[in-house]
Amino acid sequence: MLKIVHMWVNGNEVELAVDPRESLLETLRERLNLTSVKKGCGVGECGACTVLIDGVAVDVCLYLTMWAEGKHILTTEGLKRPNGELNPIQQAFIDEAAVQCGFCTPGLIMTAVELAGTGKRYTREELRKLIAGHLCRCTGYENILNAMERVCGQEA
Amino acid sequence: METVGKSFTRVDARGKVTGEAKYTNDLMPKDALWAKVVRSTIANGVVKSIDISEALQVPGVVRIVTCFDVPDIQFPTAGHPWSVEAAHQDVPDRKLLNTRVRQWGDEIAAIVAKDNVAAERAARLIRVEYEEYEPIVTIEEALAEGATPLHPDIRKDNIFVHTSFKTSPDFDYDKAKERAIEEYGEENLIEVSDTYRTPRIAHCHIEVCTSWAYVDTNGKVTVVASTQIPHIMRRVIAQALGWPVGKVRVIKPYIGGGFGNKQDVLDEPLNAYLSIVCGGRCVCLELSREECVSQTRTRHACKGVLRGLATKDGKLLAREGDIYTNKGAYASHGHAITAGMTTNFKDIMHDAYGCRSDGYSVYTSSAVAGAMRAYGVPQAAFLADCLTDDLCAKGGFDPLQFRMDNCVPPGFVASNGITYYSYSLKECMKRGAEFIHWEEKRREYAHQEGPVRRGVGMSIFMYKVGVYPISLETSSARMILNQDGSIQVELSATEIGQGADTVFSQMASETTGITMDKVYIISTQDTDVAPFDTGAYASRQSFVTGKAVKKCALELRARILDYASYMLGRPAEELMIWQNQICEKIHTGTAAASDRACTVTASSPTGAGTVTDAAPTGTGAADGFDTGNAAVRNAKKLALGGEYIDNTRNDGSKGESAKYSAWLDGKVKEYDIHDLPNGEAAILRDTGVEKDVKPGKALLSMEDLAMNAFYSLDRSEHITAEVTNHCKENTFASGCCFVDLEVDMPLGKVKINNIINVHDSGTLLNPKLAEAQVHGGMAMGIGYALTEELLYNEKGRPLNANLLDFKIPTAMDVPELHVEFLEMDDPMGPYGNKALGEPPAIPVAPAIRNAILNATGVSMKEIPMTQQKLVAAFKEAGLI
Repeated sequence: MLKIVHMWVNGNEVELAVDPRESLLETLRERLNLTSVKKGCGVGECGACTVLIDGVAVDVCLYLTMWAEGKHILTTEGLKRPNGELNPIQQAFIDEAAVQCGFCTPGLIMTAVELAGTGKRYTREELRKLIAGHLCRCTGYENILNAMERVCGQEA
Repeated sequence: METVGKSFTRVDARGKVTGEAKYTNDLMPKDALWAKVVRSTIANGVVKSIDISEALQVPGVVRIVTCFDVPDIQFPTAGHPWSVEAAHQDVPDRKLLNTRVRQWGDEIAAIVAKDNVAAERAARLIRVEYEEYEPIVTIEEALAEGATPLHPDIRKDNIFVHTSFKTSPDFDYDKAKERAIEEYGEENLIEVSDTYRTPRIAHCHIEVCTSWAYVDTNGKVTVVASTQIPHIMRRVIAQALGWPVGKVRVIKPYIGGGFGNKQDVLDEPLNAYLSIVCGGRCVCLELSREECVSQTRTRHACKGVLRGLATKDGKLLAREGDIYTNKGAYASHGHAITAGMTTNFKDIMHDAYGCRSDGYSVYTSSAVAGAMRAYGVPQAAFLADCLTDDLCAKGGFDPLQFRMDNCVPPGFVASNGITYYSYSLKECMKRGAEFIHWEEKRREYAHQEGPVRRGVGMSIFMYKVGVYPISLETSSARMILNQDGSIQVELSATEIGQGADTVFSQMASETTGITMDKVYIISTQDTDVAPFDTGAYASRQSFVTGKAVKKCALELRARILDYASYMLGRPAEELMIWQNQICEKIHTGTAAASDRACTVTASSPTGAGTVTDAAPTGTGAADGFDTGNAAVRNAKKLALGGEYIDNTRNDGSKGESAKYSAWLDGKVKEYDIHDLPNGEAAILRDTGVEKDVKPGKALLSMEDLAMNAFYSLDRSEHITAEVTNHCKENTFASGCCFVDLEVDMPLGKVKINNIINVHDSGTLLNPKLAEAQVHGGMAMGIGYALTEELLYNEKGRPLNANLLDFKIPTAMDVPELHVEFLEMDDPMGPYGNKALGEPPAIPVAPAIRNAILNATGVSMKEIPMTQQKLVAAFKEAGLI
């Protein structure tokens, strides 16, 4: 039996009928076609499905859609301005060559958006800890950290 | 060069940071059916019967097929080009689903249902009756007397292939030792005899292995797959189904990492079959992370039984190795990886008397081993460099000096003819040693006490570029001119994250004279339209496909100039393309002429304005209008040795840094390119490159030319080029890793304080992307050294097949990564470039192992050096 859920996704109010067992990952990808939200494990190990729920980075493979009732969801699709201009974090990932296969990228960018949103400045060591929930097999994290430092590092 | 060698932004970066880049599952039709593979719950045995009646009752189940239903066709899965010689073809040793179960989790049935929940529920209700045999998970179990042969139709025992390599046919280690005793006296020799092991590990690309398949309206079965090898996959699917190749189509969208796992054909043939038996409906087959880790492919675990002999003053005399690899349940890449490992162990060092290495690839009832980043060479480097440092420790040699004296020499020619052209391995070592402060640290760490100790270690490697002459190297490229003077580049070399699309675009721009913003590379490969290439593996693409891109660009350029000649009424030979303009070609001839400033005045109403001083001068112009760059390259004395100059130090001195540079000062014989073995082949690189020319007055914009070529009422011509390049060249890349670390012995904890990889990869195509590639390899090497190992219980069931328990490095496990390159133009590379994709992962684990040896005096015999293993070793050594 489907149930109705109301939420705001990338600024738009949506009302959906979903299976109550459905994860927010499935809803975002399959019902709303927000395919920046990637599935890498389905059990909260890799961080590829990270989105912001009311400003907090969450692995949505572990988050039931029903829990999102009334909440504000932000995915990578919601970062670009209407004129196509990129968010500074997206631009920093490009400029620092922090992107390789790109599969972990949207999730990491959402964590970076969360951190930038706090207004705090982080040391490189703090950033290492804060992104430790994201697995990347391509980059060794070096350029990802460089990109994040640009937007929320102490030197930025 | 104008475009090649510059750090252009990735052509796919924007699509990836916006999440708009589409990967396989992002494109899946919403009405696709879901498939689930039913896997065996024993590691070795035979399926006697399968009862699907209960599973069929699950609402939503569409179709169930079992190992008793599939076509009786055996097929191989390796991502190798087909061989027209039967003896070199991959061994077909599996079916779509198998009744003879050879690993825990072997594929015995498949469910197709309307969604994944129904498919998984049905899978749990399948009842299977087995005849069970003893699991044989390890090399030792598989080789034991009386072990069940896993593939009795192919091999009478579990040794898949045994190969033997020797530096000379009559070499024998024991005879060499006798000779050494006679020559030097037993008291003047150092010998190490030991066994070293590397683990089975998983690739852990973040995108799981996934595909979806349907039968198209034209009757073709079409598979959209996350793969490195679309054209090979197409052929293998055809073979597995018994269909003609033309009736199979493979599409490869963006891919979330491969690292060799997707250089194999995995469940895609089964996926195609499931669609066919469901009347052509779209079926999705996405593996779980757990299936990906333990049921796709892995890196071979290996055991090396080694001996090495050196003189007391540090001359390496002889080595031998018997190397056993655990290839798991099916042949996958056959013996190729083991053979590569075995050869590389032999070749990386120069043994004065010689070396023997034997490789045995062994079937076991465990996860299939296949390609993984650097194809056996991480294992070879670990074995070789453990032996080297254990010899050094025993003999009191400086490991850096020992390698300088005994490593593979310049001008090395392998037994299969691959020649080490541009050589800067020793310069890499020198640079790495300087960076890490090798001598200073070795002195500082010489006499340590207490529970926390520091050490420095190093490792070296060499790596061939692509697979010629062992196997076929061929690649095609197509370029199409658009109405606005831009071009499409179509290849079947695949972008898998390494940056291939970006560097191919740079190459196309470099050679055509059309700027990067007007080069559109097609990232998705569709075997119905993309020209043939074998795909991403062997660090081959920038070299092999790069040659095809260059050849194609030269052909396109010639056609453009031919049309320009028609439009302008001037001979094509007087024209050149520079920055999207057809220009007059000015012959400079002399250096003085080429130094002159040049003014380009656009004659076209749509063209650019005036460009001053923009013309290339003698240093660093585009190949096409090279004012001598190629000539400079040819004239540049490449440090290549036709003969090896034995530079074993004879004074026995240690400790002066000068001794390392002494090697570099005049001891390498300099050669002109034409003097090289295969020198004639080498100079092919310059085909079509014009020397001593520069652009003069701009006469016509590419846009005007293209519009005319399309729509001229007098001569309409759609300007395209398509070429095949059969690559019959190869060379070696090399490099090293240096590590400075500390070991907390009671905790068994290793902290890397400083680490650098220095690479000899020829001319860099895009330095920023090259550096990023090395970072990733280094992190992978750190995981290989310290944490990664796929574990099994006694029943052959995987214990840690997930990303929580199989420990790949997180950002907290990786230190700051330092990278340097010693760029030396390689005469074989299309733009002076050599392999870089895989090599960064090779030297890190042995360097860490050797630094732990330096820190603690404990010679670890296997990786991963987990905390538990280190504590046990330190206890055994009486250190804690």
